[in-house]
Amino acid sequence: MSDQLKPDELLNKIDYAPGSGNWMDNTASVQIRPGMYCYAAKAESVQTLGLPNARPWNPLEEDWKLPDNWQEIVFQGLKDRLERFRTFKVFMDICVRCGACADKCHFFLGTGDPKNMPVLRAELLRSVYRNDFSTAGKILSKIPGGKALAGARPMTLDVLKEWWYYFFQCTECRRCSVFCPYGIDTAEITIMAREIFNLLGLNIDWIATPVSNCFKTGNHLGIQPHAFKDMLEFFVEDIESLTGVNCTPQFMKKGADILFITPSGDVFADPGTYTCQGYLILFKYLKDKYGLDVTWSTYASEGGNFGFFTSHETMKRLNAKMYAEARRLGVKWILGGECGHMWRVIHQYMDTMNGPADFLEVPKNPITGTVFENARSTKMVHITEFTADLIKHSKLELDKSRNDDFVMTYHDSCNTSRGMGLLDEPRYVIQNVCNHFYEMPPNTIREQTFCCGSGSGLNAGENMELRMAGALPRANAVKHVHEKFGVNTLGTVCAIDRAALSTLCEYWVPEVRVAGVHELVGNALILPGEKKRTENLRLEPMTGFEEEDDE
Amino acid sequence: MNQKYLIPLTTVFLLFLVAYTGVEGAGLHRFFGIVIPYLAVLAFLAGFVYKVLGWASSAVPFRIPTTCGQQKSLPWIKQNCIDNPDTSTGVCLRMVLEIFLFRSLFRNTKAAFNRNESNKLSYSWEIFLWIGALAFHYSFLVVILRHFRFFTSPVPSCIKFLEYMDGIVQLGLPGLFISGALLLAATLFLLARRIFDAKVTYISQAADYFPLFLIIGIAVSGLSMRYFTKVDIVGIKELTMGLATFSPVIPKGVGGLFYAHLFLVSILFAYFPASKLMHLGGIFLSPTRNMANNTRAKRHVNPWNYDVKTHTYEEYEDHFREKMIEAGLPVDKEE
Repeated sequence: MSDQLKPDELLNKIDYAPGSGNWMDNTASVQIRPGMYCYAAKAESVQTLGLPNARPWNPLEEDWKLPDNWQEIVFQGLKDRLERFRTFKVFMDICVRCGACADKCHFFLGTGDPKNMPVLRAELLRSVYRNDFSTAGKILSKIPGGKALAGARPMTLDVLKEWWYYFFQCTECRRCSVFCPYGIDTAEITIMAREIFNLLGLNIDWIATPVSNCFKTGNHLGIQPHAFKDMLEFFVEDIESLTGVNCTPQFMKKGADILFITPSGDVFADPGTYTCQGYLILFKYLKDKYGLDVTWSTYASEGGNFGFFTSHETMKRLNAKMYAEARRLGVKWILGGECGHMWRVIHQYMDTMNGPADFLEVPKNPITGTVFENARSTKMVHITEFTADLIKHSKLELDKSRNDDFVMTYHDSCNTSRGMGLLDEPRYVIQNVCNHFYEMPPNTIREQTFCCGSGSGLNAGENMELRMAGALPRANAVKHVHEKFGVNTLGTVCAIDRAALSTLCEYWVPEVRVAGVHELVGNALILPGEKKRTENLRLEPMTGFEEEDDE
Repeated sequence: MNQKYLIPLTTVFLLFLVAYTGVEGAGLHRFFGIVIPYLAVLAFLAGFVYKVLGWASSAVPFRIPTTCGQQKSLPWIKQNCIDNPDTSTGVCLRMVLEIFLFRSLFRNTKAAFNRNESNKLSYSWEIFLWIGALAFHYSFLVVILRHFRFFTSPVPSCIKFLEYMDGIVQLGLPGLFISGALLLAATLFLLARRIFDAKVTYISQAADYFPLFLIIGIAVSGLSMRYFTKVDIVGIKELTMGLATFSPVIPKGVGGLFYAHLFLVSILFAYFPASKLMHLGGIFLSPTRNMANNTRAKRHVNPWNYDVKTHTYEEYEDHFREKMIEAGLPVDKEE
């Protein structure tokens, strides 16, 4: 990160005044530059999935090694998707370019690049649509000056490169779609563009390799079954030294009550690991107190789904494991961990793609008797829905003061807020396990939340300038509550956030750290038979719980 | 000067002149008074239906509403029934508010970045686009409805009432209709936004200026006929009633200005289905707004769902069996 821009240098670059002239005229001068793009997908990762045109290539080189008939593939790809997705077709036709979305995108706010205005991002594609698919565009293009009148342009290599550059500068966060008077969702358009890229073998490696890993080993990080078990057992040791209680989880237990699936990031890297320990503590508590039988699986060891950032088909191929494993193990229903896009996939796609889940039962919390009506068909419950229900029914013994060192705010992840509406459940949990909680300003939370800047598979290392620019609006709000209320911890229910927001804070607000909601639950939950805790899950001493030396 | 708005502006001028001179000079009354209006209405209807059917023929594979509030989950958590509806009643309410009150636009904010002093991003409520849009759409609607007086005989009382309300300020003679003045003002505001707001200028296409100039042309020609040049209103009604009853006649004494006005309206009608103005129809079909957020409670079916190649548990176990057994993980086949 030594060649990276300093925060001040990045701020100096921000200018919301776009240039003059027609944006279509400067397509050829779009420079794909280091810091702003992700490396090309490795050939072998593309091959694992059997996706087209696997070969080594480099976005910075002139020749992208495209198939000869690439234009035909793009045309056919667009045509198919216009028929398959009403969203795409309607969104291609009805934008009036009112500009309401223009300054809603975190990438626009952080870079000032006018092609990061959601409307222009979509226009990159619409201009070709108008040329190739709209009747008016076709008629107009026959008269002189008509192309300009229609705002149409033909598909060229420069246009393709411009698409690639900017559709990998969209994190599919849907913030623009909240403000659009027609609900035009740029995420949907980006999804289509990325499907087209995959027809040409133009994926980025940060997506393609996790997808390939997930397909083969069950999770994005490629953690093999024995290693996965080792990692969890390592947490078990940590928890035992802290609490004196052994929280060993069960793996692939047939006939368990619940199958638990969470993003593999939680077993792999801090601070997600603390969240993972929170899950282990919670499940141990429920097992000992109420006999609830939760199992993990190494086969379905990934909640996230980078297939979603590749194509609908790839998403389905990766997601299929959840139901398949639940069926094989014969569990009653599935519980899902804290993750953002994972939950958009589960909430809005899974049942449609891989259902019906008629082999599972309607989720019912056996401890409280609550039937999760909102998950009646998909049969998968979000862990904060589950925990909030337990807390509401006073089924958890909690010591809030053990989290007194955490002065919290909460970051709504894009997908759970705008693709689901999970807003108050995590807040309820946080407020019941923490004494200090402050909201960020209203324009930056709930459905208006800002993306971490690294979603939709863009959390690579090589595009750090892009990520930190996109992170600015979120960081700015965090800084605000840090200065005003002394907030020192940013809570979240998203695994990508736990990684991405940590980098964000380190860069923009170094005084603030990131924590998953269930890390806080793990700290506060009083396990039966535990010894007196003096440290939290991060092995930091807790204020007010110091060892009493004189006794 | 920017060719993005010069071309549309010139085009609207030329269209006006074509009709005006066509009638005044070449005497093409029948062409501009009968043939063109009928063709325009035909193009509008056919185009509109074609476009909507085109959208409707595309599948809705997934239920993907944009949720703008708390979901329905646990019974004690208050759901936002409008912005995150889980029933069709909620969806209807959301759509009605969207279509009639432009609810999403109402949320609009303006971001500003304060470099140096505090390095703060701030967001302020930006209401003017919403006001401008509402003023434009509703005044246009009232103007259109008022024009039904030309196509009905006797004029229905609801139209008369609307006219009465529209002219309630009782200013000048003939009395000022608020809607006409407001339409012109709102259109000019929307145009000014496109010209003077740098971001909006940058995203604007000729296709954004053209309908604005066209509507300004229609409004100006209409207002000048009513308030300034005066026209033979009885003759015009004769013509419009003729069109409405499919027995067209060309009255004497109606001048070129009226035919130019009519021609611009006809162009607007014919242009409508091929343009962004189709957001009128499209908003009803926008899947991020017109679907309930109940995908986990009620299964949505994708009409083109197809089977895909997955990596099965058996394949997985075959690959990792030894390691799994060694690690003490349960396996289906011990070998």
